[in-house]
Amino acid sequence: MERKVRILIAKPGLDGHDRGAKVIARGFRDAGFEVIYTGLHQTPEQIVAAAIQEDVDGIGLSILSGAHDYIFPEVIKLLKEKGAEDIVVFGGGIIPEEDIPALKQSGAKAIFIPGTPIEEAVKWVRENIKPRK
Amino acid sequence: MRIISELKTTNSELFALRRNGGDRMFKQDQLEDLQREKKKWEDDLSKFLSETPERLPHFTTISDLEIKGLYTPDDIKDLDYIRDIGFPGVYPFTRGVQPSMYRGRLWTMRMFSGLGGPEETNQRFHYLLNHGETGLSIAFHYPTLMGYDSDSPMARGEVGKCGVAIDTLKDMEILFEGIPLDKVTTSMTINPPASILLAMYIVVAEKQGVSKKEIGGTIQNDMLKEFIAQKTFMLPPKPSLRIIVDTIEYCTKEVPRWNTISISGYHIREAGSTAVQELAFTLADGIAYVEAAMERGLDVDDFAPRLSFFFDSHIDFFEEIAKFRAARRIWAKIMRERFMAKKPRSWMLRFHTQTAGCSLTAQQPFNNVIRTAYEALAAVLGGTQSLHTNSLDETYAIPTEEAVTIALRTQQILAEETGVTNTIDPLAGSYFVEALTNQMEEKAWDYIRKIDEMGGMVKAIERGYPQMEIAEAAYRFQRQIDSKEKVIVGVNKYVTDHPPITIWRMRPEIEQRQLKRLQEVRSTRNNSKVKECLEEIRKASLNNENLMPHIINAVREYATIQEICDIWREVFGRYTDPGYF
Repeated sequence: MERKVRILIAKPGLDGHDRGAKVIARGFRDAGFEVIYTGLHQTPEQIVAAAIQEDVDGIGLSILSGAHDYIFPEVIKLLKEKGAEDIVVFGGGIIPEEDIPALKQSGAKAIFIPGTPIEEAVKWVRENIKPRK
Repeated sequence: MRIISELKTTNSELFALRRNGGDRMFKQDQLEDLQREKKKWEDDLSKFLSETPERLPHFTTISDLEIKGLYTPDDIKDLDYIRDIGFPGVYPFTRGVQPSMYRGRLWTMRMFSGLGGPEETNQRFHYLLNHGETGLSIAFHYPTLMGYDSDSPMARGEVGKCGVAIDTLKDMEILFEGIPLDKVTTSMTINPPASILLAMYIVVAEKQGVSKKEIGGTIQNDMLKEFIAQKTFMLPPKPSLRIIVDTIEYCTKEVPRWNTISISGYHIREAGSTAVQELAFTLADGIAYVEAAMERGLDVDDFAPRLSFFFDSHIDFFEEIAKFRAARRIWAKIMRERFMAKKPRSWMLRFHTQTAGCSLTAQQPFNNVIRTAYEALAAVLGGTQSLHTNSLDETYAIPTEEAVTIALRTQQILAEETGVTNTIDPLAGSYFVEALTNQMEEKAWDYIRKIDEMGGMVKAIERGYPQMEIAEAAYRFQRQIDSKEKVIVGVNKYVTDHPPITIWRMRPEIEQRQLKRLQEVRSTRNNSKVKECLEEIRKASLNNENLMPHIINAVREYATIQEICDIWREVFGRYTDPGYF
């Protein structure tokens, strides 16, 4: 049997808005994924270390502070440096639509804005993230 | 205040008489007639409904409180007007804390503002004041909120984005340029470093020639709700409380017009709580602060009049109004009966309101103007003392000048065109509003009792109780939206595309300017003096001496926020997120 998809839900930076991260963590758990939640105030280095240690298949970054343009590329860069670029990075939060193309350019695979139903994110994970070998 | 104490004397005598039996608003025979007629109406209604059923199986508030189709005197038959509703400015303040409410003075229009550096924010302050704003409210960027300087590795990517960057007194001086601090009151949304920002404000005033006895304003300074909801925490609960009590003790003697805590439900609600949870957890936090200050040996009547509150005004109109009215009544009872406060001012729950950020949508953002207007109306009908109205673009970024102007105008239209300010507490006596107010109160007491049984709010937080209650409620609500059981226009119903709106962007040179200024301050200040001052803070931290005078000395010498917070992190340890979900 194929193992469950493992997702790290991460709250980078100093941002304390964790409502969305916790809702999506529960939603993913209820959908049958294995979910690890970092808790708040994680640096990109801590997030990448946790992702590797927990051997996750994807990282969901939740950012509502406006720091997305720094955090996403930084996490993706660190994953590459550690040879873990096959971990899929996606995220959501207060992110202006016009910033999304640049985040995708940097390697983020999907950005979900406020109002996204849990099911939409679940469906996206099912279609785009497979357990890594 | 003279009027209040006169009215209070009359009221307390009546109150004592009515404590037990109560003097009901409706006579027994009237109620019996009513119940008979109501039964007939209900029979007719069920015939009617068998042909034309109601739209929904249940009608509920946004917090899932079931609402009946009709309320009558029967629903408030135990209400005693004098005991439970009373008069404005009179215990238990259900109708408001001021005797004349908005006929005397409108609420303070206080727009939460902070963007980029102190220069940009100073400009925004002047803009808002010139457009009729009547009080200031500072939004700080995340590094300041968390006790880091702009050049800390922890601040990477965050400088000036979520609010204004303040590192030293120098930034505060720029922030208040051209703003006389004896003419305006300022609210600061700041928690772990609240004492430091208050100290900076005191010194800026001093430099303007304004004594700390004259300045007025509020620091949020409410750490318990940080552990529960807003999550800008730094130290563990106990030392956090100790620093809060230091500020209360200091201000009670030295800064008499300062509101020492803004006990906040706003963030609890925004984190996903129900209205009742917001109400109950906030008041339970209030109880914990009063207990902590009394343990220090302070007289409740010396500090309680300077405690203030801060609530959310969400989109469910009547539930919010009932929440505000119930809040005043519960707090009055807590202060008078539990803490034996003697002064009427100690019994009063004065509060600021912010319309619900979490009710706004990224989709069809212009609809947010309408949501905010309804929420603002609820706050005013609920008797708020000051109000922030959110801007239509805040699901994307800090508001633009154009968006914030519409938000401010929303309050001005409410205050000066709609006529809702002409009379006091106009919804009192509504069978529905009074019944809902009672219901909010009863349900809040249930939570407060439960938290008392756990040993108080600090213990409850350590067990993760309020955190899990909120996470549960937030998840349930999201599921209800996803299943369309609850409607959000433009999100799960009436969905259409909308053209992008223009949003505020932080210019990168602002961060460079901030870092340069911080460097300059560090190289031009008297560093040996700063070191001495910091050493005094360390000693006072260890010796349980009141920290405030030492903090004031340190910021006057341009010590940075992080320099002070690093000492506390070292002495008291850090609080890290237990990550409940």
